[in-house]
Amino acid sequence: MRLTRRQFDLTALTTLCASGLHAPHFPLWLNLTITLLIATRWLQRRLRPDWGKPPALLRLPLTLALPVAVWLQYGNIFGLDPGSVFAVGMLVLKLTESETARDARAVSTFAMFVLMAALLFEQDLLTTLYVGLGSIPLLLTLRSLETEERTASVPAAPALGNLGASLAAVLANLFAAAPLALIVFLFLPRLAAPLWSAQTAAQGKTGLNDSMSPGNLGQLLLDDSPAFRVSFDTAVPPPAQRYWRGVVLWRYDGQRWSRAGGVPLDPVRQPLKPLAAEIGYEITQEPSQKRWLFGLDIPTSDPVGAQRDEDYTLAAPRPIGKLTVYRLRSALTYSLDGLDSRQRLRGLRLPAGLNPRALALGKEWARQHDDPVKIVQAALELIRRDFRYTLTPPPLGRNAMDDFLFETKAGYCEHFSSAFAVLMRAAGIPTRVVLGYQGGYWSDVGNYMVVRQSDAHAWNEVWLPDRGWVRVDPTAAVRPDRVELGAGTVNSSGSAWFGREWALAMRNRWDLVNRLWTQVVVQFDDLTQRGLLRSVGIEQADWRQLGITFALCMGLLAGLGLWWALRRDHGGDALDQAYERLCARLAKRLDITRAPAEGPADYLRRVLQHQPQARASVEPLLLQYMQLRYAQSTIEPATVRAFARAVRKADLHRSPAR
Amino acid sequence: MSRAASTGEFWLKLLAQAEKRLPALTRLRVRENLPIRLDRRRIYVLPTAFGLVFAGMLFVMSIGALNYYNNPALMLTALLGSVSVLSMLVAFRTLDGSCLDRVQAEPCHAGDPLTLELVFAAGRRIRPGLRIDIGGSHAVVTALPGEPLRAVLTLPTERRGLLALPRIRVWTRWPYGLFRAWSWLNPQIELLVYPRAEPHAVPLPQGGQAVQRSRVQALGEEFGALRAYRANDPRRLIAWKASARADRLLVREPEQPVGDDYVLDFDALGALDLEARISRLTRWVLMAEERRARYTLLLPGLHLGPDIGSAHARRCLRELALL
Repeated sequence: MRLTRRQFDLTALTTLCASGLHAPHFPLWLNLTITLLIATRWLQRRLRPDWGKPPALLRLPLTLALPVAVWLQYGNIFGLDPGSVFAVGMLVLKLTESETARDARAVSTFAMFVLMAALLFEQDLLTTLYVGLGSIPLLLTLRSLETEERTASVPAAPALGNLGASLAAVLANLFAAAPLALIVFLFLPRLAAPLWSAQTAAQGKTGLNDSMSPGNLGQLLLDDSPAFRVSFDTAVPPPAQRYWRGVVLWRYDGQRWSRAGGVPLDPVRQPLKPLAAEIGYEITQEPSQKRWLFGLDIPTSDPVGAQRDEDYTLAAPRPIGKLTVYRLRSALTYSLDGLDSRQRLRGLRLPAGLNPRALALGKEWARQHDDPVKIVQAALELIRRDFRYTLTPPPLGRNAMDDFLFETKAGYCEHFSSAFAVLMRAAGIPTRVVLGYQGGYWSDVGNYMVVRQSDAHAWNEVWLPDRGWVRVDPTAAVRPDRVELGAGTVNSSGSAWFGREWALAMRNRWDLVNRLWTQVVVQFDDLTQRGLLRSVGIEQADWRQLGITFALCMGLLAGLGLWWALRRDHGGDALDQAYERLCARLAKRLDITRAPAEGPADYLRRVLQHQPQARASVEPLLLQYMQLRYAQSTIEPATVRAFARAVRKADLHRSPAR
Repeated sequence: MSRAASTGEFWLKLLAQAEKRLPALTRLRVRENLPIRLDRRRIYVLPTAFGLVFAGMLFVMSIGALNYYNNPALMLTALLGSVSVLSMLVAFRTLDGSCLDRVQAEPCHAGDPLTLELVFAAGRRIRPGLRIDIGGSHAVVTALPGEPLRAVLTLPTERRGLLALPRIRVWTRWPYGLFRAWSWLNPQIELLVYPRAEPHAVPLPQGGQAVQRSRVQALGEEFGALRAYRANDPRRLIAWKASARADRLLVREPEQPVGDDYVLDFDALGALDLEARISRLTRWVLMAEERRARYTLLLPGLHLGPDIGSAHARRCLRELALL
């Protein structure tokens, strides 16, 4: 049972689609080799089908070459990238030796896996759509295997229609399967922790660093993946208060800000005085490969097992390699004291000999104003007046802050906070830099807030004698909307090369769709799942409630499916149906029921006998039926339709005379 | 290929086992009258081996998708899984409602393949990838809406006589080969298989008057053996008694001038065994029919002819087959 030409073509197309989806992350030589192999095999099958599959002498070296090629390219045969090369390579090699229906089925099954593997690299809407399209040739292949198979006794089974009809049927199948797929997708229990962890592309990403130097936040600001998700016990804080405090940085060496050894908080000192009700929340943090935990502003409690430093930096005992959940309480209005001499020293230290102009400006402000608040305002005023927010700032020289403050005057949060801190320290105000996230997108559907890597932010805390540590966000002076609306609004308008308006509008719209996709589908997790039943009043559904809902939905769909499958089609022959309809109408209108064994001629005779006045309407119909049924070997469907219409329209009312 | 065949055999064996245990369930014992309509009570659906492999792959994919928290991959898996489940219903629907109307077969000689035509009633839906198995014979057909479906199969024959139609399996793996829906049909139909014709043509018996005469006299009073008197009929052939009753002269038929007229007598072949005699007579009937000759077939207790033509030949072959 060799594959027919169309069956083989479809198998080759399936392979091509599946491997093509991996092309973006494969090296060029590999893509060329794959295409060449598929094309060669396809041409051979088309031009010289009698050759059959390539000899083992040819296949064996190719098979052995695969691991070697992987090793040469990646230096490793495990992991996501080498694994995908293996999978695609095996798929293509299987195609080269495919001759039977069994082979084609193996190719289709494996192609399904390769399609899915493509989604491990990219999860965006476009890739998902492509992968979905890739499953169409797969299904077409399986379909073609069922009709075009040849058997011993019958030379060739009639091929079913053309490819178009088959394609429509596959699309209809996919469409009909969508509701079931949706239910399964929504209710399938998600894993709380991965069963095994492999080095995936997603896990290669890291969250906030524990130091800040120009450019290291910039990459993060373009990354749309979530940093953590938050569900609140009480009301959601307004956007302006969504400062997720991460790492506090003290030491500045002219290039980068770093942590400089945190000291554990002395619980007895308690410099924090909450001035309003605290807010409780739960954070689900994505793997970051760093130890830092995040809290809303100043956390008043420690997560279990975590360490809280005196500057209220929270750190887990180990780098976070998997999804981690912790509960926190925070004060949003507070007074935070506790500046000792050691802290004052650290909060004022500046690298010697660098940034002379900035130091001079700070000292001059200190001379002009007595009140530190005035100095802070002067700095913010300077930034507001002259500075520009951009994600692609010009490069800075050795005196980075001088260059930024007096030359380039363009940058983003880490430039602003760094420059602000230098100015404040020069003016004698203890200042520190805080790295964290600012903002967060509240999902009404999921009833939680998602904070993305692109929400990464840097701001400052200054120490004022009468108020303690106070948060100051110099970036907000330049772009208040950065704080109000989130990072997306300011960052997306930053790239210059999308100059034209419509392109920008298109890109924004597409970005919106993609973002929606990310929010609704990619981010769907057990938290969202538990919020599924909110519309019926269950805020946080447990597994039993979800299970019941799932069973109800499945029952409904199963009922629908069975109804569809068991529905009978009445009769087959359109002409007979029309005739039966005519007889039924005659029986009803004229009270003459056709006996089961009575032919149309006898029936007509009997009708005319009892109801002679019906001759005009009945006789032509029955005569036409006899003509169609018995006088012709082939019946035109159009004539049958005309007859059926005539039967429907016929006026068979009993005459009033009787 | 061979492995697929052996799995197929294994499958059939397993089915046979199940049938033995559950005759009521599989409805294999009862022969039914045509037409036989397939409905949900007699259509069975099970996943194929490929379906199980496919499901295994879907399972692996879903575990992978869950492990990597990859929702698009999970969606793809769910979609393909749903399509597979749906294909079970499609497979069922492909068989459901199809109706075997009649079975036609041209009689053949034992040893030759018997050509069967199964006619299914016209339906409204398209039924692609229908497979029909009878014995070792298979056909793949597609039923189109509004047209009766004709499937032609051949059945090997070994023995003469009536052949009970083996049960028919109608099945399909449509649309994706993941599920097999099948139903057994066991129609009450017997097909006639003519005897095997002797391979070596033995010349037709010429004359053999003595034998004929004795037999004619034994059969003398039979009406079918008499005809009206014609001039030049030998007087000794006149059936006097019958003529007296009929009020005209009647003559015994076989006593006609022989010429091309053959008498194929079962008893004259005493040297051969039963099957060999039947086989030779079959060959002779065929040869005589081929020469368009008039012939008489004499079987124990039965006297066919003399006559000519295909209807006569069919009658003769039928009697030979059923002897």
